Amino acid sequence: MSSNAMTIPGTQIQARPWVDELHQWLTTVDHKRLGILYILSALLFLVIGGVEALIIRIQLMHSHNDFVSPEVFNRLFTMHGTTMIFFVAMPVLFGFANYLVPLMIGARDMAFPRLNAFSFWLSFLGGLLLYFSFLGGSGLYGAGNAPDVGWWAYAPLGARAFSPGHSSDYWTLALLVSGFGSIGTAINIIATVLCMRCPGMKLNRMPLLVWLNLVMAGMVLIAITPLSAAQMMLLIDRYLGGHFFDTQAGGSAVLWMHFFWIFGHPEVYILIIPSFAFMSEIIPVFSRKPIFGYPVMVGATVCIAFVSMSVWAHHMFTIGMNSYANSFFAITTMAVGVPTGIKIFNWIGTMWGGRIQFKTPMLFSIAFLFQFLVAGLTGIIQSSAPVDWQLSLSYFVVAHFHYVIVGGILFALFAAFYYWYPKMTGRMLSERLGKWHFWLFLIGFHLTFDVMHIPGVLGMPRRIYTYEPGRGWDTLNLIISIGAFIQAIAILVFVANLVISYFKGARAGNDPWDAWTLEWSISSPPPAYNFATVPTVAGRRPLWDLKHPEDPDSRYE
Amino acid sequence: MSAVTTSFPNTATGWELPSRGKVAMAGLIIAESAIFTIFVVAYLFYLGRSIAGPTPQEVLETPIFYTICLLSSSLTIHFAAKFLARGIGFAFLGLWLLTIALGGLFLFGTAQEWHRLIYEHGLTISTNLFGTTYYSLVGLHAFHVTAGLVMLLTVAVLGLIGRVGVKQSAHIEVLSMYWHFVDAVWVVVFTVVYVLGR
Amino acid sequence: MSMLRMKSSTLRFLAQTILLLFWSALALWASDPKGSSSHGTDIFAPASTPAKSIADLSVFVLVITGIIFVVVFALLVYSVVKFRGRATDAGREPAQVYGSTQIELAWTIIPILIVVVLFLATARVIHAIQDAPEPAGAVQVTAIGHQYWWEFRYPKLGIVTANELHIPVSDPGHPTPTFLQLLSADTDHSFWVPELAGKTDLIPNHPNRMWMDPQHTGVFLGQCAQYCGTQHAKMLLRVSVDGPEEFASWVRAQQRTAVEDAGAIAGKRVFESNACMNCHAVAGTPADGRFGPDLTHLMSRATIAAGAAKNTHNNLRLWIKDPSAIKHGSLMPAMKLSDGDLDAVVSYMETLR
Repeated sequence: MSSNAMTIPGTQIQARPWVDELHQWLTTVDHKRLGILYILSALLFLVIGGVEALIIRIQLMHSHNDFVSPEVFNRLFTMHGTTMIFFVAMPVLFGFANYLVPLMIGARDMAFPRLNAFSFWLSFLGGLLLYFSFLGGSGLYGAGNAPDVGWWAYAPLGARAFSPGHSSDYWTLALLVSGFGSIGTAINIIATVLCMRCPGMKLNRMPLLVWLNLVMAGMVLIAITPLSAAQMMLLIDRYLGGHFFDTQAGGSAVLWMHFFWIFGHPEVYILIIPSFAFMSEIIPVFSRKPIFGYPVMVGATVCIAFVSMSVWAHHMFTIGMNSYANSFFAITTMAVGVPTGIKIFNWIGTMWGGRIQFKTPMLFSIAFLFQFLVAGLTGIIQSSAPVDWQLSLSYFVVAHFHYVIVGGILFALFAAFYYWYPKMTGRMLSERLGKWHFWLFLIGFHLTFDVMHIPGVLGMPRRIYTYEPGRGWDTLNLIISIGAFIQAIAILVFVANLVISYFKGARAGNDPWDAWTLEWSISSPPPAYNFATVPTVAGRRPLWDLKHPEDPDSRYE
Repeated sequence: MSAVTTSFPNTATGWELPSRGKVAMAGLIIAESAIFTIFVVAYLFYLGRSIAGPTPQEVLETPIFYTICLLSSSLTIHFAAKFLARGIGFAFLGLWLLTIALGGLFLFGTAQEWHRLIYEHGLTISTNLFGTTYYSLVGLHAFHVTAGLVMLLTVAVLGLIGRVGVKQSAHIEVLSMYWHFVDAVWVVVFTVVYVLGR
Repeated sequence: MSMLRMKSSTLRFLAQTILLLFWSALALWASDPKGSSSHGTDIFAPASTPAKSIADLSVFVLVITGIIFVVVFALLVYSVVKFRGRATDAGREPAQVYGSTQIELAWTIIPILIVVVLFLATARVIHAIQDAPEPAGAVQVTAIGHQYWWEFRYPKLGIVTANELHIPVSDPGHPTPTFLQLLSADTDHSFWVPELAGKTDLIPNHPNRMWMDPQHTGVFLGQCAQYCGTQHAKMLLRVSVDGPEEFASWVRAQQRTAVEDAGAIAGKRVFESNACMNCHAVAGTPADGRFGPDLTHLMSRATIAAGAAKNTHNNLRLWIKDPSAIKHGSLMPAMKLSDGDLDAVVSYMETLR
């Protein structure tokens, strides 16, 4: 039975009035509920950001299209990027971390439950603030409205002179506010992992998901804060007459770029490392083998975290740094590919000699491996600075980073959804709908993003609301747009699966996947207190040791 | 399947983990250090690049007295926390109030300096690059001092009505970590602005 | 719960659908009509040394990453096929392997070696392009980026023009490359003509430098690559690479002051009495505004509005009448001229050869 309360025979439990239930959800400090709130809010913004993408793709279907005006288009790509990074990717990954980390370390909740709630609501408020700009951004000459300076808001475009009205202020404030939420969550994750592990769970016995979220949280502390600092400086420029990025007063536009990318590059590792975490939990279970090279996986991740702080100016190869700077950032960028590649090999090593089960979570994981390989390699291509002098700011880059974010992170997230939905809701997601979701999305994804590399090589820059005919870009863009719509249909199938399975899905039980980490030892969904007695562990896979007492992990670790 | 947890083989007792408060405060300090670093980088980068207006050499006066005030407040808070841990309430309270006074003096000194800079030398945040970076960096630090003083005052009030005892020792330690951080930042800001910058 | 296997018939069906889609897409693309101008914007059709060095390096990098892809792809496919679970496995777990130090070392050291090779090839090209000295015969151009047009000045030749760059073809034996200094009057832009060179940004208060030595004549296309505002998409570039005599005669024509045509006096008066002079310059007349493009030799250009429209009578008229009809968000205001004044001004413009 998978209820989260014990039933006493002979008694009646009255259903709570919905207002009460809503109030419980709005005031909760329970990490599981906050995790679900993060995930639901991310799904909402995913749909909104997706609609923005579809409008962009309709406009770009053929040259000299006029489906939307240039002003609207520029707002759309700015909002699409900002939404997807800050209000979809980060919240959904924080949501899964929130839900899973305490469960996997045998804890009752996060270290600071109220800070947890505060961080979530700050993050959600940031999203609302950003979207309020559509209504409230009007300023001089009606030049307000949603921000349209690109999600990097390069100086001096973000200055008062070039961005009158309040649209850029909504961008700045929304991210500043949600940034503080992110820092709160990161502090919480670190304190939880370091201070709340159950007895026996030494650091080298933690599930990789916990390790990788710890590394991610550490990166958040030193990567998000430079953006916060730069945004404070931008506000000082815009409102107090400051000159941080005022080129007329001797200020430097390049300084903004450095500050932004010192945030921006580690940020993408902050997004991919939790995705690696999902893969490191799911691939072993569906290969029926432990992760290959646990210590190396931890070491490689820590290595990635450090090296990724030294590569940021590969986003700035075209701004005119000298040849020594360009060479430095080229080699550090190539170097970060080494530990990343090691992880791919270790996942292959995990599948090798295993007995692979092609359930939906594993389908998404296998696709992740193929796609992340390609994404990493197109990254290496661009790490060679002269090659990047052609490819930067073109659709090749757009193809590359969507390959990582959609082909990598989103596929890993889908795997995580199908794997942990049973734990969160007590119901299995439909395998049938899951397979439809998978294949439709796979086809749409490849149609769009494989083809998208080509216009880049043929000279198509990014962030253009239309393009000239006769450059060979027309048909390619049409194909790309069609793929986008196929992906949209797949997302609808996914959402339908989430909803239908909640009511009609097969009951999950504690451990539907025959897995090995602590969350599978309790009911689905777990009781509010998580563990009736605090578990004690002696190995990396407590449930494997329990199920195979003749062959525990600790003999080989 | 029941809702009761399965039990796991026992391991050795004596499972000690770090204190949540200290780890969290360390995390906050790391994050804040990153913010300050960016402002310091901006300050250093723009040294000598103002197109017009007052320069550091012309208008800055080294605030030695107020620096000594702030840095000694680290000593007083350190001993206040030590006395509290040993249960000596009077000494704790006295040193705590002294810490607040020294912090307050420092803020007063900053205010005085800013008044002089604005009214005698015409240096504001919008005057030139030096003005922008100076007021931002010193102002960010002063903001953190203020936030610290608010927390210290809260504890002082609670202490005066008898609510702060040995049991609150851990919390006081965490708060004093923050105060030490604020002082350490001042060492950096002082060096960058008043020593290197001139 | 049921363990769903992929039926081989389903697999085949899916594979066939995917292949069909892929080939149709490719066929559609191949039938795309290519442009009429002599050169496109293909990175792999370089016509100048920097672009060629980059194209060669790109092929080298692609080959290496391609080999890595093939090897890892093969390993992935092999492991997914060979180690798939079968119904007969139910209940039995495979051998639990935890890792292998030798294997980890191998797949650490080999990538490091690959990185070293890639880096050496990269560093060589970086220095060759960025640190190339400027020879005596080089043509010097100062490019200034504006929202949403390009200003080109040839300081040594005393020429000021806009949007369409003319440079001489460079004979590898006696090179006459063009060196550009890149500045900006407002926000960030980027000069990108793929077949001539990699892109370099134009950033205010941060002068940059780039060079190209085109080895074929013809017109090369490009456009601004750094988002600069509303009409970033229509800040196009036309680079005309001329033979030596052609270039010399172009220079001479550009150095002359504006043609004085008695028949266009009315239009000239309209031009000079409205605010046109505040933004535009016409050499040899009182008009010396610098905010907009220099119009002295407007009719020597094939397009107007930075490539947004062909330089025809009707387009010119429409542009002056209402710039936002051609380029919504352009910083040129509609001057609200009467039809008579408008026609006069257009006639005047058409004398500026």
